Amino acid sequence: MSRLAAFLAVRRNPRAISRGELITVGLLAILVVLILPFANQQGWISNFAINLWVKYLCYALLAISVDLLWGYTGLLSLGQALFFSLGGYMMGMHLMRMIGDLGQYRQPIPDFLVFLGWTELPTFWKPFSSFPFALAMVLLLPGLLSWVFGYLAFRSRIKGVYFSIITQALTYGAALMFFRNDMLMGGNNGFTDFKFILGFDIREPATQRGLFVVTAVTLLVVYLLCRWLNGTKFGLVQQAVRDGENRALFSGYATAHFKLFIFIVSALIASVGGALYVPQVGIINPSEMTPEKSLEAVVWVAVGGRGTLLGPVIGAVGVNALKSWATRAIPDLWILLMGGLFILVVLFLPGGIVSIPGKVRGWFKKKAQPPASSASSPAAPAKS
Amino acid sequence: MRSTWKTLLAGSALAVAGLSASLTAAEKTVKVGVLHSLSGTMAISETSLRDVLLFTFDEINAAGGIKVGGDTYKIEPVVVDGASNWPLFAEKAKQLLEQDKVAVTFGCWTSVSRKSVLPVFEKNNGLLFYPVQYEGEEESQNVAYTAEAVNQQATPAVDYYLAEGKKKFYLLGSDYVYPQTTNLVLLEYLLSKGVPLENIGGGFKKDESGKIISAGKYTPFGHTDYQQIVAEIKQFAASGDACVISTLNGDTNVPFFKEYAASGLDAETCPVVSFSISEDEFRGLPADQLVGQLGCWTYFQSLNTPANKKFVADFQSWLSKSTVPGIVKDGRVTCSPMVLSYNGVYLWKAAVEKAGTFDVDAVRTAWKSGLSFAGPGGTVTTQANMHLTKNVYIGETKADGQFKILKSFENVYGEPWLKGKFK
Repeated sequence: MSRLAAFLAVRRNPRAISRGELITVGLLAILVVLILPFANQQGWISNFAINLWVKYLCYALLAISVDLLWGYTGLLSLGQALFFSLGGYMMGMHLMRMIGDLGQYRQPIPDFLVFLGWTELPTFWKPFSSFPFALAMVLLLPGLLSWVFGYLAFRSRIKGVYFSIITQALTYGAALMFFRNDMLMGGNNGFTDFKFILGFDIREPATQRGLFVVTAVTLLVVYLLCRWLNGTKFGLVQQAVRDGENRALFSGYATAHFKLFIFIVSALIASVGGALYVPQVGIINPSEMTPEKSLEAVVWVAVGGRGTLLGPVIGAVGVNALKSWATRAIPDLWILLMGGLFILVVLFLPGGIVSIPGKVRGWFKKKAQPPASSASSPAAPAKS
Repeated sequence: MRSTWKTLLAGSALAVAGLSASLTAAEKTVKVGVLHSLSGTMAISETSLRDVLLFTFDEINAAGGIKVGGDTYKIEPVVVDGASNWPLFAEKAKQLLEQDKVAVTFGCWTSVSRKSVLPVFEKNNGLLFYPVQYEGEEESQNVAYTAEAVNQQATPAVDYYLAEGKKKFYLLGSDYVYPQTTNLVLLEYLLSKGVPLENIGGGFKKDESGKIISAGKYTPFGHTDYQQIVAEIKQFAASGDACVISTLNGDTNVPFFKEYAASGLDAETCPVVSFSISEDEFRGLPADQLVGQLGCWTYFQSLNTPANKKFVADFQSWLSKSTVPGIVKDGRVTCSPMVLSYNGVYLWKAAVEKAGTFDVDAVRTAWKSGLSFAGPGGTVTTQANMHLTKNVYIGETKADGQFKILKSFENVYGEPWLKGKFK
């Protein structure tokens, strides 16, 4: 226990927190947690905008989970969408039960089960009528899956591109399983047409606003938790694993355990994101767990700036806001715009959006004193 | 210097004149949503519907627009991309209804996209026109189903086969809601026609009480290995009086029909009728593998009527002039979902003009009163259950990806609730 405490004691890491970041995060938190919901209540911001923003915030949770693995530990997981979707499915099962007999068929069981010829609820569906049970499953199922999968993968020393490939295979396999109607999880159509959450009408603006605040607070808490974790000795070992796993191993650190722990933590973060996502977008189906979705999240992180915590949030919100705008404004060309943007970022801005202020500062410094040595902006981790 | 002043003066005079002219002839417009996937896996099918919708709007605008209460409205399309992403479909639907405040939306292809936007349309009391054959079991007051119901495709196909003397039926489909429902309905229909259970192939799944809850053989999306299934069909068809009813979707049709031809089966020994392959799909599928196999739709491009010939020619000439970015102009065809989109726009126009307002409730009432439109596939009539009465055609695939029409059924009533109907 004392060893664990020693690990989690905050180290005075000079890179741990800067004043700029503190101010940015503080202002963003006030904006998102307080001002936006208030403005929505006053009618200054439309319900549609709130509904969009909450989606971005859920995606930000997914992006953070990708970045914890990729940016901080050097493990590029292409399977994070699986954990996101599993969280969504667990919450979705509860919401399906809350529809009661208000479905198409006016039956006490979900519509798709009636359609498949069921007359009563399958056993494994029964406990999901309870909200606390569903909430527990949001953490337990992805936690368990990532534990088993991570244990096997890291014990076998699977890393680098092989880790990316097997995580991708995992999520693809799961998508194929969920596509099957026999799975009794709604097949291709998944779950939709939710009506109530905790007794509130899910489509009412007030409920949506409440969910927005819950999501914003969750994101803030997750952010702070990760920030704290990165400042501890654990965080340092985590980065040591990224930068030179063999050295960390020969220095006496059981790197597999560190990787397993961080894999489980990021699975849980993704899962919570998914559980918050589903009641607000109103649908969960297997196409959410295809490898493409995981890749999208990787792109958000790359655009925002990996190896930072603000980067994924900015990337997830920014890229998705751009997508929302472009699919309406230039529906025929938006995909070219997005593709072009990603190529530009990869080529000219490997540190992502968050590296811009540093670059600008470096540029000014160079101008002030021309014969400076080669610029050393905080480069993003080179290994993936 | 003086000349500059002059031109400036003349220019502003012209501008003022132009402005006042445009003010007096102020054109009223009505916003109409187009919600299809222009990117992603469904883009290949859905982009055609976007194209035909834009064509229809231009045709209506050129003919004077929509007349409501003494005013004339031009249609102003609001095109959005659902990107084959179902949560994005819900987001875009919300945007169309809450931000753009469109009067009506034409859109969706897959059932899952329709299911995804349905709560949005119901919450905002919007109106969605849905043009693609579907499984039924739904009757929302906020959707106008111009699509084929199961009894406007599957059961007429069975009638055709029975008349041809077929005695054995093999059911095959992709594993999702539309094939599953269609096959359950077909099972009941076949039994009601006196076809014994052992003559229905593909297998059954029963619940504990022995009730059949699923009929037919199912393969996942993107399945490529049809060797075993085709071998089973070959055995099933050995008696020479069998046929296959296929609800396989998209790409999986290629390996299936390749395997089918390789095994020595053909349209003579055991014909296949497919409900998901239209002229437009043959832009991506090899038609020569399917020669002689059947299709069943409420429209074929080969229909030899003046209305259809005009429609096809007008669409082609519109395409050649179109300036929509990235639009495909070569090798374009027309197909049933496209014509049902086209009919939908005209039926909506008729409903609006009858109601005298764009208000959704009034338009719905007008729809329910029974409106007719003489479209390219024959006359279609709206029904009180939000579906359409229309003609059904059986066609035989030709090597050029067109269909030779073998039989037609006039004015088939669209019935979404078919389970338990045939006893």
